[in-house]
Amino acid sequence: MTAVSRNEVFRRFRRDRLAMFGLVVLVLFALMAILAPLLVDDDGLSAVASLDNPTWARPSGDFLLGTDHLGRSVAAQFVYGSRVSLFVGLMATIFTIAIGSIVGVVAGFAGRWVDAALMRLTDWFLVIPFLPLAIVLAAVLGRGIWNIIFVISITSWPSTARLVRAQVLTVKERLYVDRARALGASQLHVVRRHVLPNVAPLILASATLAVPISILTETTLAFLGLGDPTQASWGKTLEEAFQAGAISRSAWWYYLPAGLGIVAVVLAFTLFGRALEEILDPRLRER
Amino acid sequence: MSILELRDLSVTYRTEGGDVPAVRGVDLTIEAGDTVGLAGESGCGKSTIAGAVLRLLPAGTRVDGQVLLDGEDVYEMKPGRLRAVRWTSAAIVFQGALHSLNPVHRVGAQIAEAIRVHGSVDGRAIATRVGALLEQVGIPASRASRYPHQLSGGQRQRVLIALALACEPKLLIADEPTTALDVMVQAQVLDLLASLQRDHGLAMLFITHDLSVLTHACRRLAVMYAGRIVETGLGVDVFRDPQHPYSRALAGAFPTIGDPASRLRPSGLAGDPPDPSALPTGCPFHPRCAVAVDACRTTDVRLLPVGSASSEASAACVHVETR
Repeated sequence: MTAVSRNEVFRRFRRDRLAMFGLVVLVLFALMAILAPLLVDDDGLSAVASLDNPTWARPSGDFLLGTDHLGRSVAAQFVYGSRVSLFVGLMATIFTIAIGSIVGVVAGFAGRWVDAALMRLTDWFLVIPFLPLAIVLAAVLGRGIWNIIFVISITSWPSTARLVRAQVLTVKERLYVDRARALGASQLHVVRRHVLPNVAPLILASATLAVPISILTETTLAFLGLGDPTQASWGKTLEEAFQAGAISRSAWWYYLPAGLGIVAVVLAFTLFGRALEEILDPRLRER
Repeated sequence: MSILELRDLSVTYRTEGGDVPAVRGVDLTIEAGDTVGLAGESGCGKSTIAGAVLRLLPAGTRVDGQVLLDGEDVYEMKPGRLRAVRWTSAAIVFQGALHSLNPVHRVGAQIAEAIRVHGSVDGRAIATRVGALLEQVGIPASRASRYPHQLSGGQRQRVLIALALACEPKLLIADEPTTALDVMVQAQVLDLLASLQRDHGLAMLFITHDLSVLTHACRRLAVMYAGRIVETGLGVDVFRDPQHPYSRALAGAFPTIGDPASRLRPSGLAGDPPDPSALPTGCPFHPRCAVAVDACRTTDVRLLPVGSASSEASAACVHVETR
């Protein structure tokens, strides 16, 4: 990872059509999540408030995306569901990256027994089977989005830690790190000024790629019924559609928006992260 | 008091293949304002000495003997004291200018880093100082905002010199500062170092394999072979009238300009430097020495004073005539 000036990054990014497409999609979804109360009426989420609505209504002027088996508005569920999906995706990524980076930097930089101890700990977390852990935790802690965030973070930080450690190991051996030591810099200074800036692009790129994984994971967990029962999310919409038999009734408007929403957000993040990684990592750029 | 005094310094690297003695008993003294050149082939231990002075050798390396910086033993210092002494007492101009600069920081920031580490935090004062340092090495102050890859090799080396001067050290250790530079730029960098040394009254330890560079830049010279100093004396004497056969070979490797005969004379040295982990018996140079006698295989000669009393010269060879 070498230095690429900020302007250069923007210029390359703008030239990358797929990345720009990803960015636009992301911005649209983010706006939708933030402005949810303005776009739809959250009465549409409540079965009680929807008692008078027709059930299984096809998309129409009254209900843009139709209604579900309880007469709730699918559009409202879709819009509010994006909030949970994006929130869980981002929060889980923040925790994943934070824990992974700290462990990776400390292990790589301190070396010796600290490294050995932290890496064994990482291995231990790496082999924890994800789904059983999620199910057990949901049973123990109750169902809720913070538990989902916790489960995702606790199982996905090890790969980030390994990635960061590997990069720190190579940066640590660079001559400018020796030079910084020679001029009387403390360990903390060397990490802050020399190691972190050189590892940051990698962390950033892996973060953008961790978001879609987290979103997909959230969907998986919600689909298995481990999500928060009180909050609409795309995963939960899919689960309820499945349970209510939307597929056999060919009520495509019930399950398709949530499914496409997930695909779109995951794809957008992947395109964006991929482009960022390519720009910041010269080895991928030279093709 | 001497700026730097090495007393019987020995450095042993610990590797998986066993201990490798890189420096074996070196005595060297540098007075304030003096310039000393350290010459020798790759692997003779000269860069190890540079690292040993500021305790920059890899962890686990065994260092025996003493390194006195301004009279204070570097290896007895507490970590805080050591950090304070680094760069303020002695600074290093590293070889490989590109790799000694962090590619993600502007060069000005990297010079400022040295000043910040040693206390000063006033942003404007630091910026002025960085500008002055750059001007001093012949780079416009405006270049402070450039990244290392935007500068040429010679400019980068100058930046490293400016960086070394940032905390006004009394001793400058130049570790092969001219390798990987073309001859013209090499000459500029050498002139720059010489003039800075004069202006600031710096003591300088100049490390290179290029003997002609050393005679140009240094008053005194020490020639190293297999971790030991085999000859020391005034620069001109060592270059013109080397006593030790190894120094003779080293000096002979450079043709004398204006003397066509010197180009035709067979010179150079056959063989490879000895493996530090398996040194020959007796004088370590004897397998490559043209004038080796039987005694060289068994006796390891230490430095003996040679020449006139005023020349401060000594050499480690059975053939030298002791004064």
